[in-house]
Amino acid sequence: MDLLSFARGAGLKFALAVFCVGVVWRIVAFALLRIRRDLNEPRASMLKSLGGGLLAVGTRSWPHPEFIGRTGAGEALGYSYHLGLFAVVLLFGPHITFFGSLFGLTWPALPSSVITVISVLTFTLFLAVLFRRVTHPVLRMLSNFDDYFSWFITMLVIVTGLAATAHIGGPYETLLGLHILSFDALLVWFPFGKLMHAFYIFPSRAINGSLLARKGAIS
Amino acid sequence: MSGNTAAVSANLAPAEARTPEARVAGAMRGFAQEIGALSAFRLESCIHCGICADGCHFYIATEDPQYTPIWKVEPFKQAYKRESSAFAPLFRLLGLKREVTADQLAHWQHLLFDSCNMCGRCSLICPMGIDVAALIEQARHAMFEAGLAPQELYLKAAHQRETGQPEARAEPYRDKLVAIGTQFGVEIPLDEPEAELMLCVPRTDIEHYPKAVAALARVMRHLNVSHTFRSDGLVAENYGYFAGGKSWQRDISRRLIEQAIACKAKILIVPECGHAYSALRWEAADLYGKPLPFKVRSVTEFLAEELQAGRLKLGAAGVGVTTFHDPCQLVRKGGINDAPRALMKAMGIDLHELKNHGGFSFCCGGGGGVLDIERAAPLRYRTMENKLREVDDTGARTFLTSCSDCRRTFDDAQTHFNSDKTPHSLLELVADNLIAAEGRP
Repeated sequence: MDLLSFARGAGLKFALAVFCVGVVWRIVAFALLRIRRDLNEPRASMLKSLGGGLLAVGTRSWPHPEFIGRTGAGEALGYSYHLGLFAVVLLFGPHITFFGSLFGLTWPALPSSVITVISVLTFTLFLAVLFRRVTHPVLRMLSNFDDYFSWFITMLVIVTGLAATAHIGGPYETLLGLHILSFDALLVWFPFGKLMHAFYIFPSRAINGSLLARKGAIS
Repeated sequence: MSGNTAAVSANLAPAEARTPEARVAGAMRGFAQEIGALSAFRLESCIHCGICADGCHFYIATEDPQYTPIWKVEPFKQAYKRESSAFAPLFRLLGLKREVTADQLAHWQHLLFDSCNMCGRCSLICPMGIDVAALIEQARHAMFEAGLAPQELYLKAAHQRETGQPEARAEPYRDKLVAIGTQFGVEIPLDEPEAELMLCVPRTDIEHYPKAVAALARVMRHLNVSHTFRSDGLVAENYGYFAGGKSWQRDISRRLIEQAIACKAKILIVPECGHAYSALRWEAADLYGKPLPFKVRSVTEFLAEELQAGRLKLGAAGVGVTTFHDPCQLVRKGGINDAPRALMKAMGIDLHELKNHGGFSFCCGGGGGVLDIERAAPLRYRTMENKLREVDDTGARTFLTSCSDCRRTFDDAQTHFNSDKTPHSLLELVADNLIAAEGRP
């Protein structure tokens, strides 16, 4: 079995299995902990509280004007590379074909030249993110193995993808094999680290928003 | 890492001559009791973006990374991941999360108590929507269990739990209350067997602002609603809340709850005291174990409701350009944003808002018990500089607030900075501008 066959065959199946079981376990583990009922009289109705939660999912996507002077640049950097990743992952023709083979669903792709530009930009932003993490005193203090390894494994997927697309560094099949293998590795790592925030972000905003709305407070 | 470990180690709660191991075990036990699905989810959701630092006035004033709000719960995040998270065995096996040490906890006393007002501004800025302040409150519970509550808070909490008032005084607060009534010529109904409203008072007002106590009684008298103070449930503050002693907080709250039930009160009025409001309005029922059989209202929101209902009429205050400090526990964490502004509008006040106001207001720096921690004063003054600059920038002649602890913090800063801005009580201003409603004397 060559590298490519392994990466897109047994390797991918194993990675998907770890990903699915791991993600489900991370979520189920919360359900095993107790959930306390709030016995204090709410200020807002349950409907308003839920509405506040849904609103917070949107409003927390960008800083309040009061905070933007201090956080705008950092958040813009964060959102930019996320958008770049989404575009490359979801709108690159070969990726769509790959998702089609998994889920039986396809959608229109962006031209390869556009994807290449976005990929290079995303690569650059990713470097900037790392630079910021190691130079910003707060980020450097907070960062641990999870932060750096999650960055590394995502960067590996980007770099091998760019190499495979540009045919740089070896035969195409080998580069594609390495790209898919790095994606397999990302799937395996996903449930163990901070990449799980993809599943947490909206519920987390909604829960906090809802609890604040219950008190009639802004979120 | 900067910090004041030496100062911290000299400031442990008394009667806490524990071994380091016992201290860590106490903290872990305390935190384990706190970990429910919600707090676990909050801990797991952090992506280490560091944005919460930009919401915290301690970080903004010092640019010291250790004041990053989520860092203040780091030992407990570490303990949770190592002991209770979904992949805890893996974290232990690979050594990704080390055991929390007694030295680490001792250093974190400074971060959790001296440099956090639990004001909740960090919870408002977090892009993941994590309520960091709630995690810090839980971490304080663990620190209390470890015997690491600062001495000033611990002693006051212990005294209040035992006697109902946080400090021993030659003249008990009950007697002081009666004396205030005499001094200001206002009737103080005390220990009425039944009343629609039960009133309590901030210790800060009894000690420092007796006019605010008289104002509370005067306004209630003016509204002609049956009300009473209760000797056995007089003090609004809850030092158990500050110190992180959850069971003590419950016992202190229960004193007020039982008195309100005893006099069949429909509403327990919390005076101008932010954290007392949080403790009674948003936490007391949970600690009591069942919904309270009466409502809990801040005096500010109660008066705004009376104003809206037409039962409260106010005249022009004539205090010139005014600015208002929003107490965090009442506004950001309590949702009472419009009520003080409605009262000020009714008095024709020309309100010039602070740059950061309403839910985004910076804390006074004294909340969460910080005002009581002596060694925290230098850091508190640094955070105050920004706040006083905002006050100056409004050009206001009058400076109002609706929390006596905030007022006391500003008073202290006024002395320290030789500032010309004296903080005044909104309640006192209301009491000074009462107009008889139709059909009332």
